Amino acid sequence: MGSTATAKIVALPMVDKQADPVPAAVETKASAAQVSATGPAATQMPIPEPEHIPTVSLTRVFVNLWGYVTRERIITASLACISIGALFLFWYLGTKYRLEFYIRFKNVPTPYEVYQQLTQVGLSNKYLVNIAISVRRILLGFMIATAIGVPLGLVIGKYQRVRDFFMPVVEIMRPIPAIAWVPMSIMLWPNNEASIVFITFIGAFFPILLNTIHGVHSLDGVLVRAARCLGASEIRLFLNVILPGSLPHIFTGLAVGMGVAWVSLIAAEMISGQFGVGYFTWEAYSLVDYPAIVLGMITIGVLGLACSGIIRMVGILLMPWLAFAPGGRR
Amino acid sequence: MTMAMTEAETHKGFIDVREMGVTFGANDNKVVAVDNVSLNVQPGEFVSLIGPSGCGKSTLLSIVAGFVKPTRGEALLDGKAITKPGSDRGVVFQQYSLFPWLSVRKNVEFGLKMAGVEQSKRNTTARALLDLAGLLSFENHYPDQLSGGMKQRIGIVRALATSPQVLLMDEPFGALDTQTRVVMQEILTNIWQQFRISVLFITHDIEESIFLSDRIYVMTARPGRIKAEIKVPLPRPRTAEMTDTPEFMNLVQELKGLIREESLAAMAPEIRDRGLSGFGMKVGPKGVGEIF
Ligand SMILES: Nc1ncnc2c1ncn2[C@@H]1O[C@H](COP(=O)(O)OP(=O)(O)OP(=O)(O)O)[C@@H](O)[C@H]1O
Ligand SMILES: [Mg+2]
Repeated sequence: MGSTATAKIVALPMVDKQADPVPAAVETKASAAQVSATGPAATQMPIPEPEHIPTVSLTRVFVNLWGYVTRERIITASLACISIGALFLFWYLGTKYRLEFYIRFKNVPTPYEVYQQLTQVGLSNKYLVNIAISVRRILLGFMIATAIGVPLGLVIGKYQRVRDFFMPVVEIMRPIPAIAWVPMSIMLWPNNEASIVFITFIGAFFPILLNTIHGVHSLDGVLVRAARCLGASEIRLFLNVILPGSLPHIFTGLAVGMGVAWVSLIAAEMISGQFGVGYFTWEAYSLVDYPAIVLGMITIGVLGLACSGIIRMVGILLMPWLAFAPGGRR
Repeated sequence: MTMAMTEAETHKGFIDVREMGVTFGANDNKVVAVDNVSLNVQPGEFVSLIGPSGCGKSTLLSIVAGFVKPTRGEALLDGKAITKPGSDRGVVFQQYSLFPWLSVRKNVEFGLKMAGVEQSKRNTTARALLDLAGLLSFENHYPDQLSGGMKQRIGIVRALATSPQVLLMDEPFGALDTQTRVVMQEILTNIWQQFRISVLFITHDIEESIFLSDRIYVMTARPGRIKAEIKVPLPRPRTAEMTDTPEFMNLVQELKGLIREESLAAMAPEIRDRGLSGFGMKVGPKGVGEIF
């Protein structure tokens, strides 16, 4: 029984022992123990070529995505269509028969009017520029929030002292909704653009920060100990264990943060803005342009959906192991 | 390489624990986990530590691993005091401790990556070790796709990848079923015979400790002390058939006797006085040792 396993290890093309002391020792011990036990035939045992390091190619990404099209997902997609369809149907019937039972559909534009609005205004420069400006604000605020929130969250989660220092401030700031920052933000920042980005940032920041902290705390301590035993320095521990280990929670934070960022952005644009989808919607109200109000609302919904969809997609590509985790991604 | 080199290698990995005491907490909720324990593991030796639950086995191992500082006494590796974890001591934990976000091979490579070994060498070493564990075909799987036994085998070879001088194992097969456990024990003896490093192995399974070890330390109930030190004179390589020999059986009986006393002592006095059978529990043919 001993000799079969014995024969195997000698055969392995271990690393060059002169050049590198660490793996060399593996070889030295392994084969030295076997010298007597093995014949020359064993030393020729083939071992498959190491696999190529996978490169990210566009085709591969598409193939991966196509792999997600299954029966299960087709059902999911159909149900999604039905639920959205039902919403539209309710809206259509409500406006068609001008329903009045406490809520009043009297002034609500019909889906068709909104569609017409879209074809007229939809491709106009004004509308598209508003969208572009909103998206730019979101991206800026969200990226800054991620760039600060994730590293800060990791450090706060890991070190008791850092936590003691930052958490009181976080706990005081967190209940203040981003909209309440609007007046302060206008005073604080030199121009309108910066103050709106700041409000978006505030909205996204706390969900990202708190979920990252939670991610570090929920990381199994044995993994940290295992990494330490394997010689991980503090910085490598962060990059190779704490960050990937918290990644699922970080992505939860990003998704929630993105939602709050949109809420904050639209509110800020309505109050203080020039340009942006929120401003577009509010302006339509001031001008009594009802179809444009609904168009603005739908635009906000679609943009928010697209943003959280992108985050989900990046999460799936970045965390392939979650597909196998017990209870993961379901 | 020469035999001389191998001997030089095996002269490393001497664990020496001297008059070690560990106390957790202070004042009212003070717990003396380990009390005045001295033990050693000679270079290349396989030593087991066996004792009732809560007697401080894991605590002792954590000290040698470098996670916990002793209250009294010291732990030395090759004459140097142990102060922090390091890759000169491989550790296999009772819980599964593979990184779920890394493939099996990347898990095995982890220690080498931390040591700054370049990718191609890491790859070769990891694949050789996976082959040794019989899991080369799973190299690109994620840990969540594997069974418990597979995970522990990978945990063992991952700990060996950096060529540590000692391997510390805390009930590594505790979560496995009996059949898997027996297979794992054989795999472990094979691996150990090839690497010839010092092993400190914690278990609560008597047969397991005899089958694997050169020497066994039996600990008392908390506060843990060394109650007995038993040499296992069985020849190597050990085979599954050996477990039926009279020598093996005698050792089992001897250890059972020692441990029975301690596991009774670890229980509440009323149970101890009534005896286990009076409490409605059967003391099976294998003795009380089976149930703690
Ligand atoms: N961090 C800690 N703080 C306080 N008490 C602790 C701590 N770690 C362990 N103990 C106590 O020390 C004693 C020994 O614990 P240890 O985990 O070493 O036991 P063990 O022999 O490994 O038991 P088992 O076989 O059940 O794993 C226990 O009573 C435990 O409650
Ligand atoms: Mg334990």
